[in-house]
Amino acid sequence: MPRLSVLVGTRKGLFVLSADRARRKWRMDGPHFLGEGVNHAVADPRDGRTLLAAVKAGHLGPTVFRSTDAGATWSEAARPPQFDKAPAGDAVDHVFWLTPGHARHPGRWYAGTSPQGLFVSNDAGATWEGVAGFNDLRATAPWIARGQDAPPDGATLHSINVDPADPRHLYVGLSTGGVFESHDAGASWKPLNRGCAADFLPDPEAEYGHDPHCLRVHPRSGDVYQQNHCGIYRLDRATRRWERIGNAMPREVGDIGFPLVLHPRDPATLWVFPMDGTTVWPRTPVGGRPAVYGSRDAGRSWKRMDRGLPPSQAWFTVKRQAMGADGLDPTGLYFGTTNGEVWASFDEGASWHCLCLHLPQVHSVEAALLA
Amino acid sequence: MRVILPSPLASYTANRREVEAQGATVDELLADLDRRYPGIRFRMIDEQDAIRPHVKIFVNRHQVASVASPLAPGDEVLVVAALSGG
Repeated sequence: MPRLSVLVGTRKGLFVLSADRARRKWRMDGPHFLGEGVNHAVADPRDGRTLLAAVKAGHLGPTVFRSTDAGATWSEAARPPQFDKAPAGDAVDHVFWLTPGHARHPGRWYAGTSPQGLFVSNDAGATWEGVAGFNDLRATAPWIARGQDAPPDGATLHSINVDPADPRHLYVGLSTGGVFESHDAGASWKPLNRGCAADFLPDPEAEYGHDPHCLRVHPRSGDVYQQNHCGIYRLDRATRRWERIGNAMPREVGDIGFPLVLHPRDPATLWVFPMDGTTVWPRTPVGGRPAVYGSRDAGRSWKRMDRGLPPSQAWFTVKRQAMGADGLDPTGLYFGTTNGEVWASFDEGASWHCLCLHLPQVHSVEAALLA
Repeated sequence: MRVILPSPLASYTANRREVEAQGATVDELLADLDRRYPGIRFRMIDEQDAIRPHVKIFVNRHQVASVASPLAPGDEVLVVAALSGG
């Protein structure tokens, strides 16, 4: 019987919360990689046994650890993501994002890094190569961030998504830079930002330079949503234009945040975690009252879902990888906070329970059914 | 020759802080070290062959700036890694 596991990557290691399918009793395993930062830990839905973790210890070089026995043992990638050697070439500072490849390509994974780079593995994370169609553009493409444009922790390539209908169709998010897509397995890339606001750019119809926070492609329908620095959006595939579905959020809450989660079966259902994006951008729950907002109609309307969450004076942040859904019915939702809490809902967001306290700052939360 | 490693790298060497490796340059020594303890080199040296910013390598108590630095039999190599960050 597969067990439900929630992989919690933190600033000081990886923790695994496990439960049976009833989700009543939980136990914690870990820490793995104690003291090392885990930016993302992801299970392979194609085999239910392979786990990859993006790990970096302090000032040492970045790497990827992999487990082929559902987390019982871990080994390091023989060749972690690294740029080609070149005069004045860049070095990967950290691996930020991990995405399993298409179901038709077992063993394929993608990794996004800071500085912005895209890497692929065809042996379940043991060895990694740069995706030349992206990485070769780094020297010349104006939409790939340079050092001086970088956010405090460095410019990142994140939100790698594979179109469920076409394994050659890839999406990535660049912070900053925007959303880009490839229809030829990464050989060439085009911006996909029309209709998306970039309040910090002078051109309201800028082709690139945007700041997607989290892009999600529905695993069945291929519908595309993003939580952006400037709102919540749904892509109109026919016109390749983003529609700001965050306009339907309560005005006093706004539509700024980091994570965005899709229902695994219903492409019209999604959840976000709004943050205060006013003045200097505190990035905390609006008014200190944390709430998930959910939509059942592809963002035309939203419902506040805060039962069980702290009613006031809660000032944590939920990072872009730190919210996810399981594949059970009803869908379980999970998010981790920068103050080391993990919260869960087993009724699709209607009510919330704290699964654990006192972890290090949570970087990522991914739920999976493991063999 | 004798190589002394910092605690953040001890997971590669079964917690041994002093190990043996051979080479006529720091680069060769690190390659030998990586053969014995796979993955350890990339934690210290990036893909452009630069010593990572907060890693220092000393040969006989003198800091070296490049992996091209020569080594002689009997040299002692000390690797130091910063622990800043909280």
